[in-house]
Amino acid sequence: MRFARLFVFLQLEMRQRGTIILLVTATLLLAVANILWGSLRIPTESVVRILLRDGEAANPAWHYIVWESRIPQMVTALLCGAALSVCGLMLQTLFRNPLAGPSILGIDAGANLGVALVMLSIGTSLSVGNLSVGGSVLVVAAAMVGALAILLLLLMLSHTLQSPTMLLITGVIISYVTGSVISLLNYSATEEGVHNYIIWGMGNFGSVSLSRLPLYSALIVVGLAVATMLIKPLNALLLGEYYAENLGVNVRRTRTVLLLATGLLTATTTAFCGPISFLGLAVPHIARMALRTSDHRILMPGTMLAGAALTLACNLLCTQLRPGSVLPINVVTPLIGAPVILYVILRQDKRSF
Amino acid sequence: MQNPQMPPMLQLRDVTTGYGSHVVARHLTATLPSGQLVSILGPNGVGKSTLLRTLAALQPPLAGQIHLGQTPLHSLSSQALSRHLSIVLTQPSAPPHTTVAALVAFGRSPYTNFWGHLTPQDRDIVRQAMQQTGIQTLAQRTVDTLSDGERQKAMIAKAVAQQTPLILLDEPTAYLDFPSKVETMRMLRQLAHQQHKAILLTTHDIQMALQLSDHIWLVSPDGIVSGTPLQLAADGTLTRFLDHEGVTFSPDDLTLHIRP
Repeated sequence: MRFARLFVFLQLEMRQRGTIILLVTATLLLAVANILWGSLRIPTESVVRILLRDGEAANPAWHYIVWESRIPQMVTALLCGAALSVCGLMLQTLFRNPLAGPSILGIDAGANLGVALVMLSIGTSLSVGNLSVGGSVLVVAAAMVGALAILLLLLMLSHTLQSPTMLLITGVIISYVTGSVISLLNYSATEEGVHNYIIWGMGNFGSVSLSRLPLYSALIVVGLAVATMLIKPLNALLLGEYYAENLGVNVRRTRTVLLLATGLLTATTTAFCGPISFLGLAVPHIARMALRTSDHRILMPGTMLAGAALTLACNLLCTQLRPGSVLPINVVTPLIGAPVILYVILRQDKRSF
Repeated sequence: MQNPQMPPMLQLRDVTTGYGSHVVARHLTATLPSGQLVSILGPNGVGKSTLLRTLAALQPPLAGQIHLGQTPLHSLSSQALSRHLSIVLTQPSAPPHTTVAALVAFGRSPYTNFWGHLTPQDRDIVRQAMQQTGIQTLAQRTVDTLSDGERQKAMIAKAVAQQTPLILLDEPTAYLDFPSKVETMRMLRQLAHQQHKAILLTTHDIQMALQLSDHIWLVSPDGIVSGTPLQLAADGTLTRFLDHEGVTFSPDDLTLHIRP
């Protein structure tokens, strides 16, 4: 069995195999659930027929909902969860700080600022929802520039950031500053631009249409692939930069590639789905606890799967909690993220990262 | 004592250490032969750790030459360096959920493939390294459950698994209780002698260093005085270096005496 050989190759323990199989199953089931149940009730049988392209039974509105809304939304949520969680994992290893994550460090605030600049200054009638592919590339590029600017700033402060308190304070300050710049932009923007920006800012996996799904997916897959290439140097970095350097890792290059990948993933998800809080910070801890390892060879795929599954679950909650309407994703994520942060802080004295 | 056929493992010629424009120590000249345990002694702030980091190629020297074997140290790639010298640092570094065996296996990192896959041969080397450092019974314990002494031995085992002819250790005996200090130093001495490794460490445990090291480097801001403990005792260097108010060095038996 090829699957079994993969496990042997990864040198997984029995318990870890079980957890990985569980995560794969959960992701698949939740993906299916996201297609079957949305904000509008469509009978399961009809959904299956629509998926099988059984033309006769299809109500055109349902057909449109399944193909143009639910499936892109499911793929978007799945990839977004994997992307943000992997960012959190890489940042936690790089800064040797369990509280690092794209939203808490203000990286998505940077991306946010980039998007605000484009949407509020250029966007008279623009919203990410109806932008052309060229337009969304512009938004992604702006988000990327914003995210990378913050990442560079963080890199300059990286020695301070090893203290959890300093990291939190830095993140809060970055968020305040970008927040105030965005408020200033809001004053000079059109009403419609502000409206679109606010809707975008609540976080929503529904804004990636089927036609723009390939671009979004391609950017995320590239980011995830680059992250996977960093598994071995990330492991060495667990011992700190000096040890990593001594183990033959080019720390400078690793750091650059890692930050570019983090920038790409955070910027893409932020530009398309809005700033999504807490997932990136919380999921690596959940994966670490479930798999009981720090080895990125196991932890990175585990984090991707856990992030995908959790985000799909959040998306399902958003559509099911209030029938007929969709809650913004950021209503749900802090409910999962905050307890994890508290748990990590309370455990700080007991075990160093 | 030095084998004339063996080229020195590490050679420093008029090295200046420091950061940017800030000089920590200058005129550092010394040689480190293979198969010997050498201790760097000196008061706090004299630049022992800076010197060690410079020798580990973790920071460049401000001036002077350092040769590893016949090659200039800072011309080696990090890949090549990782097979020539290994380090053990002061800060305890232990990622969560890591077993001792996994920690020691970090030492195989320079030899493993792109994904860091351990071959059966790598596992044998890890097992041997744990045996040589006497921690084979701890193999499946997670690092955060170890005592300071045990963790230090695990880090030394990592350095042994890295199979480098040179090992540099920054204060390996700090934070340890007395029996662990002695055990660690004796183990390092055995490693140097039996496996013909060059082992260089910094320490504040002067008396133990004098009794167990083959050579001593006395570091001051403007140079290194090196020699065997007996040589340095006989010519009065150690007395000048160690005598302080309340402390006398007795050169005959290499011990320190503290007056109340």
